[in-house]
Amino acid sequence: MSDEHVRTPADRLLDRGVAAIVEGVASGACSALAMVECTLNRMVSRDVGRDGLNAVLYVDQEGAHTEASLFDARDAARADAPLAGVPILVKDNIATHRLATSCGSRILEGYVSPYEATAVGLLRAAGAIVVGKTNMDEFAMGSSTENSAYGPTKHPLDRTRVPGGSSGGSAAAVAAGVTPVALGSETGGSVRQPAAFCGVVGIKPTYGRVSRFGLVAYASSLDHIGVFGARVDDAARVLAVIGQADAHDATSVHFPPVDDARAGQEEPHPRGTQPLKGIVIGRPEEYFPASLDPRIRALCDASLERLREQGAEIRTVRMPNTESAIPVYYIIAPAEASSNLARYDGVRFGQRRPGAGVQGMYEATRAAGFGPEVTRRILLGTYVLSAGYYDAYYRRAQAVRRLIARDFTDVFASGVHALFTPTTPTTAFRLGAVSDPYEMYLSDIFTVTANLAGVPAMSQPIGRIEGLPVGGQLIASHGDEATMLRIARALEFSLGVEAHR
Amino acid sequence: MSISESDVRHVASLSRVGLDSARLPLVVAELNGILGHMDALQRVDVSSNANEDATRPMMLADDVVGAVQLMRSREDMAPAMRDGFFVVPRLATHAAPEGNPAARAVDAEAP
Repeated sequence: MSDEHVRTPADRLLDRGVAAIVEGVASGACSALAMVECTLNRMVSRDVGRDGLNAVLYVDQEGAHTEASLFDARDAARADAPLAGVPILVKDNIATHRLATSCGSRILEGYVSPYEATAVGLLRAAGAIVVGKTNMDEFAMGSSTENSAYGPTKHPLDRTRVPGGSSGGSAAAVAAGVTPVALGSETGGSVRQPAAFCGVVGIKPTYGRVSRFGLVAYASSLDHIGVFGARVDDAARVLAVIGQADAHDATSVHFPPVDDARAGQEEPHPRGTQPLKGIVIGRPEEYFPASLDPRIRALCDASLERLREQGAEIRTVRMPNTESAIPVYYIIAPAEASSNLARYDGVRFGQRRPGAGVQGMYEATRAAGFGPEVTRRILLGTYVLSAGYYDAYYRRAQAVRRLIARDFTDVFASGVHALFTPTTPTTAFRLGAVSDPYEMYLSDIFTVTANLAGVPAMSQPIGRIEGLPVGGQLIASHGDEATMLRIARALEFSLGVEAHR
Repeated sequence: MSISESDVRHVASLSRVGLDSARLPLVVAELNGILGHMDALQRVDVSSNANEDATRPMMLADDVVGAVQLMRSREDMAPAMRDGFFVVPRLATHAAPEGNPAARAVDAEAP
């Protein structure tokens, strides 16, 4: 890349990830201000702005400078801040002060929240510096970031392709090396799917681990805040900071610690040792259908072989209700969205448009403010909840959702610690290539199940096909991010550079 | 099951979304395409969870109401303020009191 000829210490730390930055800033070898400067320079040189990749919508240059200078002045804070001087980007549907929170939508254009999300507050308290907000599918509805009112984000490795979605801006920015970590959100795979497409790590924690206070609601029984990282350790360290129970979100509860972040500092396991001895990893048949791209299947099986070499037992398991997941998701999520998005009416929230009478004003405001996918899901959600159809669609979907959740309970009760699957059925597709709404929904076919069941899941790079990254997915039981991350670290170490070749 | 044009018009009105009549046939076709896939759920045997509660209890913390720290003042969010109150436009159904200079002054300030 063009900026490589002026490699400052901050540049080197930025490439080495969160642990290196924290160590460098805590020891005084590099200032938080230098980290921020370096990040802002990279935003320009790696062209992630509105007229480039369109991954970053808003940049808080002044605020980031001020915060970094204040942080540098506090000697006492530097020494034990778990994210000292770490620059971070935040998805546009997570409330931040100073910066707009527009959810990739026209209706919230320029909206600045009067309060800040708990997760963002925890990041700042840990020493992280929020540098900007990232592009997304409008209200997180999409799998390609093409549904953003502010234009599509482009894939950093091939600008004719999508980065995935809905957190495509965060994934693309981390893949471009602008920040080592970013916040995203997930309702059906919106962190893991773009992480897989862009070749970075994406974690969706257990439902309830990270407070959603300040996350703009889409489908509340499925919404999560998730984390992107250039490597497993980067994402795990951020998750450890934001994964705390919060009185402002009643669905946020205490869970065992995410992961001892120190695990990343240990000496890597020497070749030949078996760090995963005693771990049972399930390979669910339903996630490897006959129609799966044989190259994706081969990469997944090569990863499973690596896990076996490290002592894990690989067991074939069945998750019989997997095929119902997409229909269930696209009933429940739009139903919840139709209710959550009622607040954007030009009175409580949203840019008002004139119309005949109050109903006319509402209709004009919402017609002008929402894009076609959001409109489609609001209509679908209102329909499946309406009298005469509620039992056939919504109640039925809730019943099948329980069967899907039970598939997970049963498989984890049978002695399996985690599941390994492909994250997506394809690699990143071309901009505009998928025009049928249902076909787009199918890109989440392997990820929505974890949202429906509330279990933690993550994607990590396991190789490439024709230069495009492929993601492998790990899914663990409720609250057991520790085991999931232990397996992920072992796989990442074992694959090494192969994960990106 | 399929959704008709009049269903879509009704649902659009319920959800307060203005829908161009030119776009209506396309939206109907798209929604029918999506709902066609949902019909697969009718074939799933859900009898095994007939005895379970309709909603499986979700782990919830106590819902405690607390103050939220605002990053901007109330005044900053209001279109206009007067004597510590928000000034809003008078409702169309509420006529301005005749000969009340104070009310007229407030009307003049309203955004």
